Amino acid sequence: MVNAKINGKDIQVPENTTILEAAKLNHIKIPHLCYLKGVNEIGACRVCVVEIEGQDRLVSSCNTVLQEGMSVLTNSPKARQARRVNVELILSQHNARCAECVRSGNCELQTTANDLGINSFPYHKDLPAFDWNKEFPLIRDAQKCIKCMRCVQVCDEIQAMHVWDVSRTGSRTTVDVTGGKDITEADCTVCGQCITHCPVGALTVRDDTQKVRDAFADKDKIMIASVAPAVRTSWGEQLGLTHDEASANRLATALRAAGFDYVFDTDFSADLTIMEEASEFVEKLKNAGKNKFPMFTSCCPGWVRFVKMVFPDLVPQLSSAKSPQQMFGAIIKTWYAQILGVEPEKIYHVSFMPCTAKKYECDVSCMDSSGARDVDVVLTVRELGRLIRSEGIDVTALE
Amino acid sequence: MSRLSIMNETKAQATADSLYKDLERRVTGAPPGLCPLDLASSFLKLCASQTCGKCVPCRVGLPQLTNLIEDLLDGKGDMKTVDLIEKTAETISSSADCAIGYEAANMVLKGLKGFRDDYVAHAKTGHCAAEGFHAVPCVSLCPAHVDIPGYIALVNAGRYADAVRLIRKDNPFPSVCAMVCEHPCENKCRRRMVDDALNIRGLKLYAIDHSGHVPVYRDGEKGAEATGKKVAVIGGGPAGVSAAYYLAQMGHSVEIFEQRKRLGGMLRYGIPSYRLPREVLDAEINTLLTAGDIKVHTEISIGGADYPLKKLNEEFDAVFIAIGAHTDKTLKIPGEDAEGVMSAVELLRRIGDYDYPDFSGKKVVVVGGGNVAMDCARSSLRLKADKVTLAYRRRKDDMTALAEEVEATEVEGCEILELAAPLKVEVGADGKAKALWVKQQMISNIKGGRPAPKDATADPIRLEADIIVVAIGQGIDSYNFEQAGIAVKWGCIQALDSEEIANMPGVFSGGDCVSGPATVIRAIAAGKVAAANIDEYLGYHHPIEMPTDVPEPVPHNRPACGRVKMRERPIDERIHDFNLVEKGMTEEEMLQESNRCLRCDYYGFGKFRGGREFRW
Repeated sequence: MVNAKINGKDIQVPENTTILEAAKLNHIKIPHLCYLKGVNEIGACRVCVVEIEGQDRLVSSCNTVLQEGMSVLTNSPKARQARRVNVELILSQHNARCAECVRSGNCELQTTANDLGINSFPYHKDLPAFDWNKEFPLIRDAQKCIKCMRCVQVCDEIQAMHVWDVSRTGSRTTVDVTGGKDITEADCTVCGQCITHCPVGALTVRDDTQKVRDAFADKDKIMIASVAPAVRTSWGEQLGLTHDEASANRLATALRAAGFDYVFDTDFSADLTIMEEASEFVEKLKNAGKNKFPMFTSCCPGWVRFVKMVFPDLVPQLSSAKSPQQMFGAIIKTWYAQILGVEPEKIYHVSFMPCTAKKYECDVSCMDSSGARDVDVVLTVRELGRLIRSEGIDVTALE
Repeated sequence: MSRLSIMNETKAQATADSLYKDLERRVTGAPPGLCPLDLASSFLKLCASQTCGKCVPCRVGLPQLTNLIEDLLDGKGDMKTVDLIEKTAETISSSADCAIGYEAANMVLKGLKGFRDDYVAHAKTGHCAAEGFHAVPCVSLCPAHVDIPGYIALVNAGRYADAVRLIRKDNPFPSVCAMVCEHPCENKCRRRMVDDALNIRGLKLYAIDHSGHVPVYRDGEKGAEATGKKVAVIGGGPAGVSAAYYLAQMGHSVEIFEQRKRLGGMLRYGIPSYRLPREVLDAEINTLLTAGDIKVHTEISIGGADYPLKKLNEEFDAVFIAIGAHTDKTLKIPGEDAEGVMSAVELLRRIGDYDYPDFSGKKVVVVGGGNVAMDCARSSLRLKADKVTLAYRRRKDDMTALAEEVEATEVEGCEILELAAPLKVEVGADGKAKALWVKQQMISNIKGGRPAPKDATADPIRLEADIIVVAIGQGIDSYNFEQAGIAVKWGCIQALDSEEIANMPGVFSGGDCVSGPATVIRAIAAGKVAAANIDEYLGYHHPIEMPTDVPEPVPHNRPACGRVKMRERPIDERIHDFNLVEKGMTEEEMLQESNRCLRCDYYGFGKFRGGREFRW
């Protein structure tokens, strides 16, 4: 154990604990923006800087290990000033029009600036011009990027896809797609990990809620929703519901209230996928000599993209079965359209999914068993919440 | 008001002057790999601040050039922008009224030629051709990419044997390099931005002086399993032995073919023992030979009729040619074949084989201005010469030898005669050299970046000489290899960057015989590259891994502080023997110097990327 002082208080923490983690263990909050434990401990934002008594220069608490006998001040005048000025400098290169940002209310920079009481900017605003393909499910806004490098590290160290890289030089240094490629040409599996770990709204999922609102406005459309199991269990959190309140029934009622004519659970087609894959596997086993094993499932479009890009030689081992989402789309636009006695084009099918890659999947050109798109739009859990809120539905009052 | 007044320096001027010094150090210590356009733009801003404001090309033109380069940097320019930059710079260069303007424009023009590709890349793609990688300066400038911050941290922690092991991961010769490395690692040491570069070589010397014997493998460790593959290494110098060391660790069987009596190449036959004691060299080589299955054949010459390259190619799975640069270059002046005239190679080779000629009572003139010339001059003193003069056709400042070598040569008592070009050797009736006549030179225009000498209108000088040592560079004995079908240009073997010989699969070459006479560490790096690529060629991928952890830095104050200089034995004592001149740091000095390290492997970009190469 290491004995030290933080803000005059004697503390004891295990060896090799950083100052930031030691402070956290002792209920002392040190604001930070770039730090991501175990993934990004590079001391880039300099917001977590603290003073060590006897040292001339401040240190970043995220990657400095607390030493025996150290006396750390998280709120010395020097530390306080540096923290504030560094947040102001970050804001000078951040498009802080928070009202227009999906991360408002859930933004680490916004929270940090608010907590510090920053309400005026002393610096010139310096926002770069940029260009991005807004058709892709993953959207990057260079004017919001604070160059924390979390996306680069997550994609390098965890996903090993190296989609993001440091780009440009000197004070123009920023993050961009590796090799300056268009994102559609990068090896991006659309897994969404960079979005999840972006502290601000620089990386977001393409918002498709307006497409659904437009479909609601078309009185000829039959609106059908299919809800993935993960959505069913997690949808209530953002709307302030407890786990018990956020039932599947209440969700179905909310979707009906929003304007959906039919609401289904994707569970159904998950069973279809399993059966298809099982029979495919049995067929392959019959001709074991001609086939390579193991056979891989193809439910996750991120995984399928990963295999195609990184291990193309394994593609023949992927199951040829569609994913539950796409099977549901195919069933709805063929068999269910027959039951309803309508042309598939009249049906507008929205799939609620927990993953960005599903947005990519529904756009794949061959996903049109009926001749029309299997799935018209994929919305994520957050988009579901936004849709419900924008329609003015009070979910607490629903059954 | 007084008619005249004494000029006093204002505080502002004094501060500005000291800022210039800070900037000078910063420019010297500039990290490698920056965007050249960004640099050009920032240089121009400095230049524009110097303009007096009178003439148009300078006052208006320099800021406009900056704007245009900034446009390219912002991705707002195209090839028309590049053309306009060129036209504007040409006009400023030809029409500005003074050097503040035209020299600034010349810098831009130089850049347009020297890094045109970067201009074009910015114009066409909106960004730099090569961007974004900020290596640790010392590591990236070391040809072998030794983990310098890592071993400095280990030395600081008192873990000397681990420091030696960590160095050996990339450079098998820590002892040799501790004494004779030209330390390019120090050139852009970030510490220069604070005060001065770290004495990296000195810290390495401390490590090897205090590590004791460090075997290649710790107890229980061994190299990779035997692969059954055979590799021939031609030449037992630093390149050859380095390659053999790594290849043996990778499990290959290596046979070294050395032309001379002993291994070491130029380390033995080029560098005198007062800089690199023979016992240190022998001990290091003997340790390296224990890395695995290495056989050594000495006094065998490859490439000739007895043992043609073809035969070696047939008997071995791969061949590494590392024959170095061991032939003399001659002056081509009358009288050069007189008795008493010898080449640097000849003199140093004799000393390398413990055959010390006696120069007592003789006057020696050494011709040349490189490190080898200094070695010959200082050796001649130790061979008891009465007087040693060094004649060089340029000025001392223009010498290619390290400044500290030139200084040591002078303080030991050699006279340096600048601007003296050899004219003829005066030969006595007995056929022995009597004197060297030199033409006086004057320094003239800069050619190829160096001031060139030209003949001065002055009488030749007679330098009395019994011994004349010609140290004007070495050549490569590549004739036999050229005959065997290997491309040779100006004597240098032509190898790819991978050290492969084009159209000759399995044959690799590196070191001085490819680059021309260069440094020890470049030869070592060539051996390392050869080992990696031969291993791949043989169908393997044996990584060489970090042998130890590296202590993480602990925050401590780093006040500006002078650089610890190495001590030397007193001059009147050391010039009588061939024992080591240099003395290592004290523990106190080592601690101060190692604490000056800014740990670029951790702070700055290092913690994000490129701080440490764990394997190669």
